[in-house]
This record gives sequence, C-alpha cells and structure tokens, in this order.
Amino acid sequence: MTDGYTKFVNGGFGKKIAGTVGLPQPTVLRRYKVGQDLLEGPAAIAGVGEAPALEVVRKVLADSGVSVVEAQADSTYDSKLSAIVFDATAARTIDELQQLRATVGPAMKSLGKNGRIIVLSAVPAQETDVEAAATQQALEGITRSLGKEMRAGGTANLLRIGEQASDDALAGPLRFFLSARSAYVSGQPVTIDAGDVPTVEDVHVPLAGEVAVITGAARGIGAEIAKVFARAGAKVIAVDIPAAGDSLAKVANSIGATALQLDITSPDAGERIAKAVAQHADKLDIIVHNAGITRDKLFVNTDEARWGSVLDVNLQSQFRMNKVLLDPSVKGGLKDGGRIVSVASISGIGGNRGQSNYAASKAGVIGMVRQLSQELADRKITVNAVAPGFIETEMTAKIPMGTREVGRRLNSLLQGGQPVDVGEAIAFFAEPSSAAVTGQVLRVCGQSQLGA
Amino acid sequence: MSSSARDVYVIGGNRIPFARSGGKYLKASNQDMLTAVIDGLVARFSLNGERLGEVAAGAVIKHARDFNLTRECVLGSHLDPTTPAYDVQQACGTGLQAVVQVANKIALGQIDSGIAGGTDTTSDAPLAVNDDLRKTLLKANYAKSPAQRVQALLKVRPNQLAPEQPKNSEPRTGLSMGEHMAITAKEWGITREAQDELAVASHHNLAAAYDRGFFDDLVTPYLGLTKDQNLRPDSSVEKLATLKPVFGKGEGATMTAGNSTPLTDGASAVLLGSQEWAHDHGLAPLARFVDAETAAVDYVHGNEGLLMAPPYAIARLLERNNLTLQDFDYYEIHEAFASTVLCHLAAMEDAEFCKTKLGLDTPLGSIDRAKLNVNGSSLAAGHPFAATGGRIVALLAKMLHEKGEGSRGLISICAAGGQGVVAILEGSK
Repeated sequence: MTDGYTKFVNGGFGKKIAGTVGLPQPTVLRRYKVGQDLLEGPAAIAGVGEAPALEVVRKVLADSGVSVVEAQADSTYDSKLSAIVFDATAARTIDELQQLRATVGPAMKSLGKNGRIIVLSAVPAQETDVEAAATQQALEGITRSLGKEMRAGGTANLLRIGEQASDDALAGPLRFFLSARSAYVSGQPVTIDAGDVPTVEDVHVPLAGEVAVITGAARGIGAEIAKVFARAGAKVIAVDIPAAGDSLAKVANSIGATALQLDITSPDAGERIAKAVAQHADKLDIIVHNAGITRDKLFVNTDEARWGSVLDVNLQSQFRMNKVLLDPSVKGGLKDGGRIVSVASISGIGGNRGQSNYAASKAGVIGMVRQLSQELADRKITVNAVAPGFIETEMTAKIPMGTREVGRRLNSLLQGGQPVDVGEAIAFFAEPSSAAVTGQVLRVCGQSQLGA
Repeated sequence: MSSSARDVYVIGGNRIPFARSGGKYLKASNQDMLTAVIDGLVARFSLNGERLGEVAAGAVIKHARDFNLTRECVLGSHLDPTTPAYDVQQACGTGLQAVVQVANKIALGQIDSGIAGGTDTTSDAPLAVNDDLRKTLLKANYAKSPAQRVQALLKVRPNQLAPEQPKNSEPRTGLSMGEHMAITAKEWGITREAQDELAVASHHNLAAAYDRGFFDDLVTPYLGLTKDQNLRPDSSVEKLATLKPVFGKGEGATMTAGNSTPLTDGASAVLLGSQEWAHDHGLAPLARFVDAETAAVDYVHGNEGLLMAPPYAIARLLERNNLTLQDFDYYEIHEAFASTVLCHLAAMEDAEFCKTKLGLDTPLGSIDRAKLNVNGSSLAAGHPFAATGGRIVALLAKMLHEKGEGSRGLISICAAGGQGVVAILEGSK
C-alpha cells in the first residue's frame, strides 16, 4: 500500500528529476498525531461586511494557540501562512465577490505546505433574494477551483452555515477542516445547520466514553476506522463476518475493542449488535456502516447473485440493522442524539465501469442518508456518509498498475488517500461537536476528477 | 478463604476450527494454537490487558520444551502478563479437568476469574530419541575423559537412529485405545449400524449448527480454516457402511475410521468467573458450573473396559446432586468412538451393570436420544485430546443459555488410563 512514486519525488534525487522534467510532484501530506497542533503557522482571516462568523473562527484559532492575521487586500505576510479563512456569509451581491479575490489572492501566495483555505458561506437555497443565492452559489465554484489550484498538499473547502445554526455549530467542522485530519479532503462543501452542539472537553479525545459499532472492521478501511475511533476515546465494538474472525480479533486486541463475529446480512444482525452493546452500555452512541463487498462485472454480464449480494451487504443490511437499532424500546439501540455514518463511494456519485451493482448500492446509501437524516432530525440523530475516492488498500493494490496510477494521480493532491483519511472523516461526523451536520455526503478523494 | 462456596459461571468460550492431523495446522505448535485461542477469547470479551485469576490448560502430547506451555501462551497473549498460569494433564479429560480446577478456585473465593483450556497437535508431535541411543548419549555426556567419550559414542548403532514414535496405546496393556474399545463394544453387543447412525448424526448436527450461525461466537478461524476440517455434511449411513473395520478382529469387528474420531489438531478455552466479576466486566454469564466428578476403573486386570469410567462418575455425581439421569435438557457425551457413547448408554440402562458395578438398586435408565450431542460432537468436529473439554463446556453453556434459566446439561468425557470426567451445567439468564 505504499505509493513509491510519491516517496521518490520527495527524496533529494527524485525531487530534482521531477522538478527538471516537470513531472507531477505530490506532497507527503501532514496527518494527525495525538496532541498535534491544529496548525503549524499563523492563519489569515477576512470576510465580507460584518463577517459574523469570524467571531467563532477567532475563538477556535485562539483556543488552539494559532496566531491570527486580520487580512486586507493590501496585506503582506512576513511568514508562511498555514490557513486562510474567508467569511462570505454576508455576501449578497456579485460585486462583493471581488473582496474575496482581493484578500484571499495575496494570502494564498503566502500559504505554506499543507495549507488550508476555508470559505464560509450561507446556504444558497435558503436565500430569498436571487442575486444573493447566485452569489452564495458562486462561492462553491470558487472553492472548488481553489482546491485545484492549491499546491504542496493544500486543500480548499466550503462550509455552509444555515439559518438555524447556533454560534457554536461552526467550531467542530472548522477544526476538522483546518486540521491534518482532513488531509485528503479538498474542494468539498459541507452544510452546518440546526443541532444542539455541546462544548468540547478535550479535542483530542472527542469520543471519550462513547460506544461505537463499526462493521467490516477486520481489515482495510474498517480496521482503520476502528483505530481512529479508539484513539478518539470510543469503546469500539468491531464487527465482521465469522470467516474474518482471526483478523478481526487482531484488530480488536490492538485497540482494546470487542470483537463481534457476525454476518450483517443475517436477519438477527441488528438484535445481536444491540445485545453486544447492552453488555457495555444502555444505549449505542454511534453506528458506522462500513462493511461492503464488490462483485464487479459489466452490467450485461451481472447475474442475479452478483447483483443481489452486493445490494444486500452494502445497502439492504443497513436498513435491517437500522430498523432494530432505531427502535427506542430496544436495549442497546441507538440513543437520541446518536450518530449514523455510512460509507458510500465516489462510484455511487460518478458510476464506474463494471460496477453497476456496487454503484447502485453506494448511490442508494447516499439516498438513504439524505432521507433518513430528515426523518431522525427530531431525535437529534445525525445521519451522514463518507464517499472515499482512491484509497491505498489491499483491494486497490490489486488493480492493474496502469489503471491504478490513473486512479491514484487523477486528483488535486496527485496521490491516493490512506485508509486513516476515511476514518478521520467518519470520526468527524461521529463527534458531539458535529451535532449540526446531518444529511451530508463528504467525499474523501483528494478532489478526484472521477465522479466530479 | 471464604467459608462457603459461591456460584461459578461459564461466561463464554473460544476455539479454533479443528484440523485433521497433517492438515491445515501442520506447522502450528501447541503454543501457537493455544495463544490464538486465548487471544480470540480476549477479543470477544474485551479482556485486553486484563489480569485474570489464573489460566489453566494443557496438552496431552507435549514437547519437553513446552514445560511451561500455558504460562508461555499467556505471555504471548493480550492478557495482562501478571496473569498466572499452569499446565494440567489428564489425558482426554484435560480440558474439562482444567475447567473444574479453575471453577473450584473461584467457588472458594481464591480467584474471581480464570480461563481453562487445552490444546493438542498430532501433526507437530514430539519425536523421542530411540531409548538405546538416549542411554548411549547420556553415557557419553557423563564421560570423564575424551577417550571414554569416544568409547561410549562408538556404541551407537544405525538401528538406534530411528526415532521413537509417540504411541496412542496404553502402557500397561500395549493395546491401542481403539483395540480396547473394540473389546468393550463386542462385550456390550454394539452393532455397526448403531455406530454409523451415531456418527452420521454427529456430522449432520454439527453442519446444521454451523449453518445457522451457532458457532459465530464460539469459534475463531485460524490459518485459513473456518470450519472443522473433519466435518462431512453429506455423510450418510450408506457411505459409512462401505468402510472397512480398523479396530477389532474378524467377523464381529464394527469400528471403522468413520465411527471413530480421527487424530486432530486444535485448541479451545473457556472463560469462567464469579457473578460479581462478570457483572463488573459487563459480561452476561451463559451457564452456572454446578458440580463435577472424576472416576477411574481397573481396566488393567480386566474388570472393566478402558473407556467405561464415565458411568461410574455419572452415578456418583447424580447421587450427590439428588438428580436422576433423566433430569437433563442436554447430554454431551464425548464421542471418542461411536461405540463408546453407545456402551455408556447401554451400561446405564443395564440393571445388572448398575447393580453390581455401580451399586444401584435401580438402573440409571435411558436418555432421550433427541437431547444427545444435538450440535454434533467429536466424531464430526474431531478430537484434539486436551481441547475437547473446552469445546464441549462452551458449546453446552451456550445451548443452556438459549434454552433458558434453570435448564440443565450433563457432560461426560472418557480418558486414557481408564478415567472419566463428568460435570453438570445449569443455564443462566
């Protein structure tokens, strides 16, 4: 699962060659370590008009020990910036977009390695004025373009703040997108709206004391999700099919989790999960539906079994388990205020040759998440999905080299993501401070061209 | 020490699928297998870094280097390394005897929790140096001068280089276990058909249990094996009828490779604890460990069959607990050979045997065969000697838990040396 090329062009000799010949030069991304500083240098902040969201931004940065530069159009920067946060929530006219161009432009030139640009916007659909809606929508186009222009491992993302969002609702998502935890997320919009956001005790163990069930945890992305959750303080119940029990036990023992051997397509899967949860707590805090399979074939050659098994494991099983876990009378079921996070895929957004069944299941997951999030809003349960792009796993290591290289490089960060990147995004949705984020599908794909 | 005994519970178990000798576990040692089994138990019950009262386990066939086998396994596992451990060995009764040991210490309040288990491999069996060669080498080792040493070593002969194979025979009779059993089976008039039927039922029951996911929380795959290698779901009386007898002689020989357990590799472990310990660890007990009894018979002087000790143990255990043989929901009688089980059943029904041998006025009687080994037993799963006890205890505990509070199960395991270990479990909520 190593990306030899990235290693090569980051070494002395390889770097020289790549620079001379003009080869793409992916940067080794900064990734989260326990206790790590939020940012490595100062952050520039600016906004349109009164820039109402900047108050929270200042607080988050100050709490994290980040020095802040109040940026102007003519600002110059002595040292490399680590991040730029631009509050465009108050922008109502197309002309006001000039302010973003004028301030973010010079600051962007001073961004250091693994820099971050975060644009804060309103929700276009909530605007009554047409020009305001157009202006707010324009911010998405700008952010996505900035993501593609960022260099040296930098990312640009858009946080949309809805009308019902409380003042604190921005803090958690802002921290995630500024931090190294979002290393492989770029060019993505996320909406923040209604939700009771608690104050965070310790940002390094946001899931302390919470019980989380993670399916498909024996290997690959699932194992990494389990590790991220354990690091964040969660009590993990790691689920995988009985046949994967030996690797499941290894994962569980490496993080002090509980191994639950279970076929999630069995009719009593939900009950058995609830029963396992009930041994540790009255209620479940988080369920991560990660388990999935592929049975690739061209559509015309896909038989009933290949079609059925993929849809059953990847989609139908989630419905059956949710039905039990969402029943308030079930001991060990999901608590009010709990979290559901599903793993989708960019295949479910853009489709993929030979993956009609897989794409169906993953697009289905996205549809489920959007609808279920509304249904469960009054119980304060959030439902979100993460859509991974090209992730370096045992599975993608088996893709023929040519295809693999294309998949790996065809994104703004010029490299594949690591399983931990998916784990970080899922943990972000699961955190208490993400209470105001629901019904979202976050791509963890380095802003891949596929499915864009 | 507390003055009165307290309740002890089986909380759960774990085993690896059993492999046929020379099969998938060819390169796995006893230590490898038992460590994997303990780690699987640790993962299932969140015991990572936990200090347990003790771990008791053993192997029947053991290398000299494995003098401290169980402790080494604990050190190699994710348990707290300050968990003490020791080896137990009572032939095929090892696993169950280890459970009894740990349970008794918990009952006495000496410990609150423990793991009991067993492991055996006939694939990675120790080969001993030929005894003549061993004596010659020892003499050379103790020699006082180089000349004496050379003189001693000159006595090595080519025929001494053949290793001594481990034997599956009784030292005092020279007969193999199967040969002993064939004698007893003939005495009790056990038919070939009855044995084959029992063997087929074992395969079918075990296969059905796997199919409905019964073993999902009892077995952890190992080295590519997810089910017992010996299991033949499509086994039938017709197929077994074609096999030639391997034990016993002449016309009356009934014991084949199909109705005898094959040599097997594997390991198992059971987690035991007091009510408080289970509760404090968020674990729900499956069954209460009620009582156990061990018996031995004099098979050397011909008074009794080698594997006939269990009925003696059962009679004493039932009397002590004021129970009759019919007071059970499930019977787990280890299938060393199909004929072993059938001889035990016949003996317990036999008025003469029960009166003269067991000293009972009325025979123990018959059992409802529909309650016998309902999820398969050793004929299908295989029988890695010391691992069988743990396999059965965990399986029965789960069955009783599903059956409900107060349900009752009887375990009976025969062992080499004319011994038998039996125990009673009771389902808990």
